[in-house]
Amino acid sequence: MIQLILRRLVGAVITLWFISLLVFTLTEILPGDVATALLGREATPTELTSLRAELGLERPAYVRYGEWLSGALRGDLGLSLARETPILPLVLIRLRNTALLAAVTVLFSVPLALALGMLAGLLRDRLPDLLISVFTLIGMSLPDYVVGVLLILGISVRLAWLPAVTLVAPDAPLWQFLPNVILPALTMTVGLVAYLVRLLRTNIIDVMTSDYVQMATLKGVPYRRIVLHHALPNALLPALNAITLLIAGLLGGAVIAETLFNYPGLGRLMITAVSERDLPLVQALALVGAAIYISVNLATDLLTLRLNPRLRTQQNL
Amino acid sequence: MTTTASLTSAGPPSPTNEQRRPRRAATPLGIWRTLLRSPTTRVGVVILSIHLLVALISPWIAPYSATALDPANLYGAPSWGHPFGADQYGRDVLTRVMLGGRLALMISLSASLLAVLVGGLLGIWLGYVGGLLDEVVMRLVDATLALPGLLLLLTIITVFGGGWRVILGSLGLLYVQRIIRIVRAATLDVVPRDFITAARARGERATTIVWRELLPNVRDLLLVEFAIRASWSVVAVSGLAFLGFGVPPTTPDWGLMIAENRQALAYAPWCTLYPVLAISSLVIGFNLAIDGVAKALGLDRMHGAPQ
Repeated sequence: MIQLILRRLVGAVITLWFISLLVFTLTEILPGDVATALLGREATPTELTSLRAELGLERPAYVRYGEWLSGALRGDLGLSLARETPILPLVLIRLRNTALLAAVTVLFSVPLALALGMLAGLLRDRLPDLLISVFTLIGMSLPDYVVGVLLILGISVRLAWLPAVTLVAPDAPLWQFLPNVILPALTMTVGLVAYLVRLLRTNIIDVMTSDYVQMATLKGVPYRRIVLHHALPNALLPALNAITLLIAGLLGGAVIAETLFNYPGLGRLMITAVSERDLPLVQALALVGAAIYISVNLATDLLTLRLNPRLRTQQNL
Repeated sequence: MTTTASLTSAGPPSPTNEQRRPRRAATPLGIWRTLLRSPTTRVGVVILSIHLLVALISPWIAPYSATALDPANLYGAPSWGHPFGADQYGRDVLTRVMLGGRLALMISLSASLLAVLVGGLLGIWLGYVGGLLDEVVMRLVDATLALPGLLLLLTIITVFGGGWRVILGSLGLLYVQRIIRIVRAATLDVVPRDFITAARARGERATTIVWRELLPNVRDLLLVEFAIRASWSVVAVSGLAFLGFGVPPTTPDWGLMIAENRQALAYAPWCTLYPVLAISSLVIGFNLAIDGVAKALGLDRMHGAPQ
């Protein structure tokens, strides 16, 4: 068990290192560098050469990669070009805001999805299931920006309950975001719930028609007990994977929802970084995004391992 | 199985295995028939056909020019002359809605086709041949999958300039990795089977085995993957336009129309609501059709990882 965990940890670190190499190589391949980004299109070749010398850009790529990587390991992700501030604090404060958004989204969507998914799966092809199916079809089909626009129209414009635009500074205390976080969270909840309900419904139907549930039914186990003790744990485990992957996606930046509601999270920082051609910031965001994805994945695998004893003996995991 | 379940009064009726996984109709015509037997799938196919038809012929049937300005009719309410109203520059909303799906549909269908062709063949090849190449490519695929996809997309588009070619290429690139992974896994399931061993024993070349033995076995999966990617990329292309990346600002595009007109939601909702209806109905049509196809082919759509 310990050996297994260690092997996964080492694997995650190697993947992350490989990603850092990939991100650096990709930004090297792209036309233009920090100097062209700083000086713009009108720069003369002599200006470019002198700035490159000043920034140390004329040194070989592997030297700069080594510098970048060792900096990143010490928590120094360099300076943002457009803002001329250290990147790490900038990213961390945005990550905090996005984490709040992700947490509220999960709080809204997971309990709702569990309830609806169970209902649909257990009452298969009856009226509640059909109604839920219609809801999930629509929820899955509406793009995020459509849901957001409809929410703005309904809740901000017509009812005037919640603000459509976040006017709080990115580094304000977290509680100040509380009214503002609700609409972007709801925006993402719709699609998330629809997806999870479909997944859970399929799983529950699979489990409820399985041989061991038939067996339990024949033995005379009460229905409640079959559902809660036999079916639910086995239907939830595969869904856990999907839920955590979705959380990783949320943490990686809810670009559309954050842009729509002007919410200062990682997703909006991505848009700004790319529009301002802030290469060091883009590199840092890619690295941070990948690190989040890998650690959430690792955590899920370990959690699944903990919850499903059957997997512990399999060596290939 | 069925009888035992119906004896227990508490539980919901349990279906037989046949009901859950309809037997595969072998010929394309048979699949088509199975497909159209379900009323929801029929609705999906009809919606998709209407959208494709409008996208194909809209340049000839649209009542106005998509870029004709009309200063006298800014935010004009729906009327006989302009059934869907006019937008902030007085442009006809009906015209722009009719034309607004062309680019997104064209890009998403070609990007998905590209990704399925390249990713499918590469995935089968890697799954069959294995070895060092497989190891290296899969490492690369896993690493790029961990990167935030949208960041990758936005960076490529900014660096190489918008335009449909760049969007098509970068979307295709983004999907190829996921398809390689899924197809490779499916191939690994097929490779140990007897008919592959038999083909090897007959001395068939690797390319023949890939084309004639493996490809037919993952064909259904590729078809469903294609449809799923296509519906996602319609949303992605319009989403990019919504964010202000990609298409030039005067292009009629649903995402762009929603982005431009959402400030006017309170007093000119028609400018936003018609493009909203258009893209939503298209994706609903896609999803109904995909569900139908997956069911007719006996595949489980929910087994793929979430996007």
